[in-house]
Amino acid sequence: MRFFQHLGTYILFLNRVFTKPEKWKILWKQIVFESNNIGVGSFNIISLISTFVGAVSTINIGYQLVSGLVPEYLIGRIVRDSNILEFAPTITALVLAGKIGSNIASEIGTMQVTEQIDALEIMGVNSSQYTSLAKIISGLFAIPLLVIYAMCLSLLGGAISGWASEIISIDLFVKGLREDFNGFNVFFCITKAFFFAFLITTISAYQGYRTKGGALEVGISSTKAVVYSCMGIIFFDYILSQLMLF
Amino acid sequence: MIKLLAINKKFEDRNVLNNISATFYKGKCNFVIGASGCGKSVLMKCMVGLLTPDSGSISFDQRDFVSMDYEGKKSLRQEIGMLFQGTALFDSLSVEDNIAFPLRTFTNLNETEIIERVNFCLNRAHLVKINKLMPSQISGGQKKRVGIARAIALNPKYLFCDEPNSGLDPLTSRVIDHLIKEITEEYGITTIINTHDMKSLFEVGDNIIFIHQGNKWWEGDKTQIRQSGNKELLDFMNASEF
Ligand SMILES: Nc1ncnc2c1ncn2[C@@H]1O[C@H](COP(=O)(O)OP(=O)(O)OP(=O)(O)O)[C@@H](O)[C@H]1O
Ligand SMILES: [Mg+2]
Repeated sequence: MRFFQHLGTYILFLNRVFTKPEKWKILWKQIVFESNNIGVGSFNIISLISTFVGAVSTINIGYQLVSGLVPEYLIGRIVRDSNILEFAPTITALVLAGKIGSNIASEIGTMQVTEQIDALEIMGVNSSQYTSLAKIISGLFAIPLLVIYAMCLSLLGGAISGWASEIISIDLFVKGLREDFNGFNVFFCITKAFFFAFLITTISAYQGYRTKGGALEVGISSTKAVVYSCMGIIFFDYILSQLMLF
Repeated sequence: MIKLLAINKKFEDRNVLNNISATFYKGKCNFVIGASGCGKSVLMKCMVGLLTPDSGSISFDQRDFVSMDYEGKKSLRQEIGMLFQGTALFDSLSVEDNIAFPLRTFTNLNETEIIERVNFCLNRAHLVKINKLMPSQISGGQKKRVGIARAIALNPKYLFCDEPNSGLDPLTSRVIDHLIKEITEEYGITTIINTHDMKSLFEVGDNIIFIHQGNKWWEGDKTQIRQSGNKELLDFMNASEF
């Protein structure tokens, strides 16, 4: 029951967010600022994580395919597909849920408990939109880019670890990467990234916006933002895979 | 002029405001006083629409506020300035941008005109050379004054101040009282001030409403308080005299 109540208020919240902005120029400025915040600010952590995820996936798959019955270059192919289909979008999204989600929720939550949201409302500004729309748009723009970047880096990481641990040579790995390449997988990956970006930014903004109380509640909201975003990501990961891959 | 008629507000089962009717006049500092927890902030929030009263009506110069739709409220609110108890400055914006915010959002002034207006408001609040500082870099008293500067940026017709001088030293408090008084009289604003500071009431108060446990207990002007014979009011007043 509580779930449906939340779903309802969440949709009403989004309804207020996606209305015509007061001034496009102000929104544009916010978007530039937030894109920098979300995109550039997450660059390092995504670089690190995706490289290592790619590296580990080569080692794992190499370890499982040591039998010698299958050609080595298949390692490259499996690393490619598992990273594009699952690891790059999903792990990136989970990491960003932690980083961006908590950031958005605590920022908006703090504005709520220090009455800055009330101040906006008093001025006649649509506070849901002012606080959230730029963040959502920036997320929709930056997160898929980060996912594409993560996808490339994870393949690079996979190649390097294969070579460094002598599981597979770079040449063979690349042969595997190129074999039977299916552009649809990349499309699937980017579609997921958009969904995840929407979930992370809107759920976190919603959690931040409905904060009541003080600093303690801001902390709780930010935790909830991360937990619910992650749950949403995993759930939609399943739904989208089911719908689009089969 | 703002008129309240029979405002009631409950939270769960607790009555916070009972049947409050009052009138607040233009060009005057209208004070709402009362002990902590008596409902002053709730009343003010009802008046500006942050809370909806359970019953009763609020009219701003004959325009009924409670029954207005969102768009109507939105445009009326551009005539309202409010100073919050905790100032509520936007902490991601500098002092200058805070005051420029309503101007950028609701006017078509160009950047030079906006900065001119910002500096005018800052001067009015007796603040200089803090344009580029962030709210976290200025003192509590300065924040209150920036809050006032932001509240008057759009030339409001109605100014709401929730405890404008709580937590400030007596000298700064007087500065802020007089600042509010000056602005109110100069621009003919309908100003409403919530406070439990009797000093500022005797300094600048015009019309006074005393709230006791959610009821309007007394109404009058400051010269009548001592002769009012109202026990709760006199107790309240005497407690702050030493
Ligand atoms: N959102 C709310 N939910 C439930 N009760 C509330 C809420 N806001 C205020 N109250 C209750 O309403 C009563 C009046 O609160 P209010 O904030 O108006 O007091 P106040 O007169 O402004 O006091 P102070 O001088 O300390 O600011 C308090 O008892 C408070 O517990
Ligand atoms: Mg109060």
